Amino acid sequence: MSQNFPEQQRYSTLLHWGSRSGLALLVASFAAYVTGLLPAHIPLEQLPQVWSLPSGQFIQQTGAPTGWGWLGRIGEGDYAAMLGIAWLSGCSLLPLLAVIPVYLSRRDRIFAAICAVEIAILLLAASGILAAH
Amino acid sequence: MLNDLVSRLQNLSGLLRANALLLVVSFSLFTAGAYAADSLPAESEMAWWVLPLALFFVCFLMGIVAVPSGVGGGVLFVPIVGGFFPFHLDFVRAAGLLVALASALSAGPMLLRGGLANLRLALPMALLASASSIAGAIMGLALPAATVQVALGITILGIVVLMLSAKKSEFPDVQRPDRLSAALSMNGIYHDGATGKNMPWQVHRTPLALLLFVGIGFLAGMFGMGAGWANVPVLNLLMGAPLKVSAGTSSFILSLVDSSAAWVYINKGAVLAVIAVPSVVGMMLGAMIGARLLHVLRASVVRRLVIFLLLFAGLRALLKGLGIWM
Repeated sequence: MSQNFPEQQRYSTLLHWGSRSGLALLVASFAAYVTGLLPAHIPLEQLPQVWSLPSGQFIQQTGAPTGWGWLGRIGEGDYAAMLGIAWLSGCSLLPLLAVIPVYLSRRDRIFAAICAVEIAILLLAASGILAAH
Repeated sequence: MLNDLVSRLQNLSGLLRANALLLVVSFSLFTAGAYAADSLPAESEMAWWVLPLALFFVCFLMGIVAVPSGVGGGVLFVPIVGGFFPFHLDFVRAAGLLVALASALSAGPMLLRGGLANLRLALPMALLASASSIAGAIMGLALPAATVQVALGITILGIVVLMLSAKKSEFPDVQRPDRLSAALSMNGIYHDGATGKNMPWQVHRTPLALLLFVGIGFLAGMFGMGAGWANVPVLNLLMGAPLKVSAGTSSFILSLVDSSAAWVYINKGAVLAVIAVPSVVGMMLGAMIGARLLHVLRASVVRRLVIFLLLFAGLRALLKGLGIWM
């Protein structure tokens, strides 16, 4: 076994569960969308007419939400499928948060700070503040 | 003697079968792309599920060749799907990021547990790359699609040159770590399965590598590609980390870099589930097959095939962006 650290084990365990549950959520919500179990905001038959548009025009034409607006439409299949995508994009946050105490207990303040700044960057990206401009 | 001959013939037969499969895969990728580009009826006349299903199969084939060739699926996805499918490049790049992210997240836990991904090596690089990937994603979505296509074509052709010229070093010799890597304790011990020995490793040229990771993150966000093609040479050839540690750590870095950029695409409304999900699932299933074929296929043959595919897709992106081959 190669050299390993307790923080790697902790990160690995949390990432494992985060990514597996995200993938399961992604497939389940997409299945509900394409089978019609959940109603779609943009009817599936109309997608070929709009998927070649730039994202800005697509939003104008379909009234699709930006930012976290999709969360308010989670009952619609197209946005329910976004839940798995958002989960996968955010599942590194918890492992990063969980290794900070391990670094602090070793007085490894630099790596604790690196993790904290990485969390801040991910939260900033997720917040939509930067994309709004 | 006879047993030896039979065994050799069996090996040869297995190799021929695997290479025939590879030929079919490459031929299918070409014909699927060309068909999607030229022969399909107008989109409005087509059933909505035809292209997502075609996308699933193309991604499945890409997943098969991505693992044995040593490149991530993301680098193949954007130029091939962006060049040959009618989806807008905004949605393709978002899906490309999610393909690379899902692959990195799936491999990450095992790589960390086995010590092939190293948090101390990865985190400082990922921090800068994920910040710059946000800027890359914002700029990519702000620029006209034709400009991004041209830049993508040039980048892909640059990757081809890099893949043709870059050498690999299993265990680079790093005489002395630089001050920054020593201060951050960016070192470790790697267990070499072939020799059974524990190999201590350390890195150098960390400031330059950090600078390069800013550029790598920017490109990853802008083009929606995973950046393993750039991460591994920087970690292995520039910094001097062992090859397997570089490959494992690169995959882990992608999980953070692509997450940051993916949020920009999500918030800009540039993620279409009907494009992203078949791509992610197809690529992951293909990668499972590719991993099983890893011991049968000749890595050099697969690598040449991928270089050829990238060359073709890069030229297509460049010519499409210039309006020469629409």
